[in-house]
Amino acid sequence: MKLENMYQEIILDHYKHPHGKGLAEAFDAEVHHVNPTCGDEITLRVSRGTDGKFSVSYDSMGCSISQASASIMFDQINNHDFKSGEAAVDHLVAMLQRSVEADEDVLGDGIALAGVAQYPARVKCALLAWMAWKDAAIQAGAESQLETRISIDSNKEQN
Amino acid sequence: MATLDVAAIKADFPIFKRTVRNDHRLVYLDSGATSQKPFQVLDAERNFYENHNAAVHRGAHLLAEEATDAFEHARANIARFIGAQADDLVFTKNATEAINLISYSFLNATLKSLRGADLPKGVERFVLAEGDEILVSEMEHHANLVPWQELCEKTGAVLRWIGLTEDGRLELSDPSLFNSRTKMVAVTHQSNLLGTVNDVPAIVKLAESVGALVFLDACQSVPHMPVDVVALGVDFIAWSGHKMLGPLGIGCLWGKSEVLSAMPPFISGGSMIESVSMERTTFAAPPKRFEAGVPMAAQAVGMSAAVDYLNALGMASVAQHEHMLTEAALAGLADIPGLRIIGPENSIDRGSAVSFVLEGLHPHDVGQVLDESGIAVRVGQHCAKPACIRFGVQATTRATFYIYNDLEDVDALVAGIYSAKKFFGV
Ligand SMILES: Cc1ncc(COP(=O)(O)O)c(C=O)c1O
Repeated sequence: MKLENMYQEIILDHYKHPHGKGLAEAFDAEVHHVNPTCGDEITLRVSRGTDGKFSVSYDSMGCSISQASASIMFDQINNHDFKSGEAAVDHLVAMLQRSVEADEDVLGDGIALAGVAQYPARVKCALLAWMAWKDAAIQAGAESQLETRISIDSNKEQN
Repeated sequence: MATLDVAAIKADFPIFKRTVRNDHRLVYLDSGATSQKPFQVLDAERNFYENHNAAVHRGAHLLAEEATDAFEHARANIARFIGAQADDLVFTKNATEAINLISYSFLNATLKSLRGADLPKGVERFVLAEGDEILVSEMEHHANLVPWQELCEKTGAVLRWIGLTEDGRLELSDPSLFNSRTKMVAVTHQSNLLGTVNDVPAIVKLAESVGALVFLDACQSVPHMPVDVVALGVDFIAWSGHKMLGPLGIGCLWGKSEVLSAMPPFISGGSMIESVSMERTTFAAPPKRFEAGVPMAAQAVGMSAAVDYLNALGMASVAQHEHMLTEAALAGLADIPGLRIIGPENSIDRGSAVSFVLEGLHPHDVGQVLDESGIAVRVGQHCAKPACIRFGVQATTRATFYIYNDLEDVDALVAGIYSAKKFFGV
């Protein structure tokens, strides 16, 4: 196991220069998710366009993995419809559970988060922003599966 | 006072035989969360199960007698460790449960009083009226904060708190915090986040002047320094076995006997009764009143073995050893550019919990790099979020030292922090 597997250059880049950070004024739903074990926090807003696509804005504080992951989430699912965003979230979850090969078409730079799977304590950090997006999109009216709800709840559990 | 022979101590702890990530030796700096266990404790617990296992206080057979003896001997031994009488020591699941036991005693007394029930003598001290006050501090572990918040919400009592100075000490200069409405003062002996050791005599004096009860959270003191409850002058203390070399799943509440006798029970059921009919129940005297159900005898025996282990080292020597390591750690950390200690920067009235933040580096990332070279620290808010907020930090990295740590471990920590800075280029 090597630290560099998790902290790849591209992750550190997103961490130091996050994409899309900053909250939009207008929104249809806002959520605040925290990772109480390490104090990572994200506030995320979505607006649902007439075309069914969700624009995302967020503000967050936390460790390199959570911050990089939020930046990648923005790249991958901003202005996507729920179906495609949810597919990306589910793919990320599966990758972090090591049950699928990472697909760059779905996750973009997110494939560099694969190394996180070796450190179970960090999986929550990597999922924080994505789960927040799912929660916000559902609150803004997107239809989800039961499974989705379960995974959102499990990310919210407190210590 | 003897200096500790760390090599000999380490040999008693099976966990130090294993290596951790990348085949590194284990540098365990997380005893504040839970300590490691010597084989003497593990053997005591195993011996109970192998040779004396039975349900305590039940059964007319030899094993039940032996189990009961072992359990009660453990109680007496642990009580002696804090200068107390066996009958004033209650076993709980952990310190958290012990604190809830007190807060629910207040609630139960208050509810019964509202219904006009006939209350035994002394219970009035546990009856809260709207506007009564409970005083905590801003450095409390959530375990000594949330139960009091809950109690206030249910009874209409008001939660107030002692603030903190910039260097992590209690701000005791506002005398109005202690007033005629103050019914309970619940503060920590040593902060698990900041390391501060609080001035208990000063708090007791202020509380006594208004007739309030005093609870001391001793989770981070009983394992690390000599504690004598009579000398402290408080009404209750609580702590957990697992932070003092003992097993998981057991904690203690000690209370002055007149205070415990007045308290209504928290959890009810078997063992805690005097007499039961279909209409009503009368309760046993403490400590049994607070120990419903078959108790954790094996864990009590293990915790008692932990007490023996610490007694053999001598608590004054334990405290001195930790003090030496804390001084070295504070000195080593002080030299690291961009590092800020959260809590007292000197070692006066201070335990071995050393929390810090690094500019440009998140604690979780620091912890990860340290872990990569076998150094186990805790990162996050340490169940003390209000204190983190007070110091304007989202989270900290925390090292805590115990009897099996030495100066080499301190050096490893300092070197590890430099590597983390290098790895992240800050
Ligand atoms: C100061 C303090 N109080 C209370 C607790 C709670 O102890 P437990 O979780 O064993 O009940 C801890 C443990 O982290 C602590 O450090």
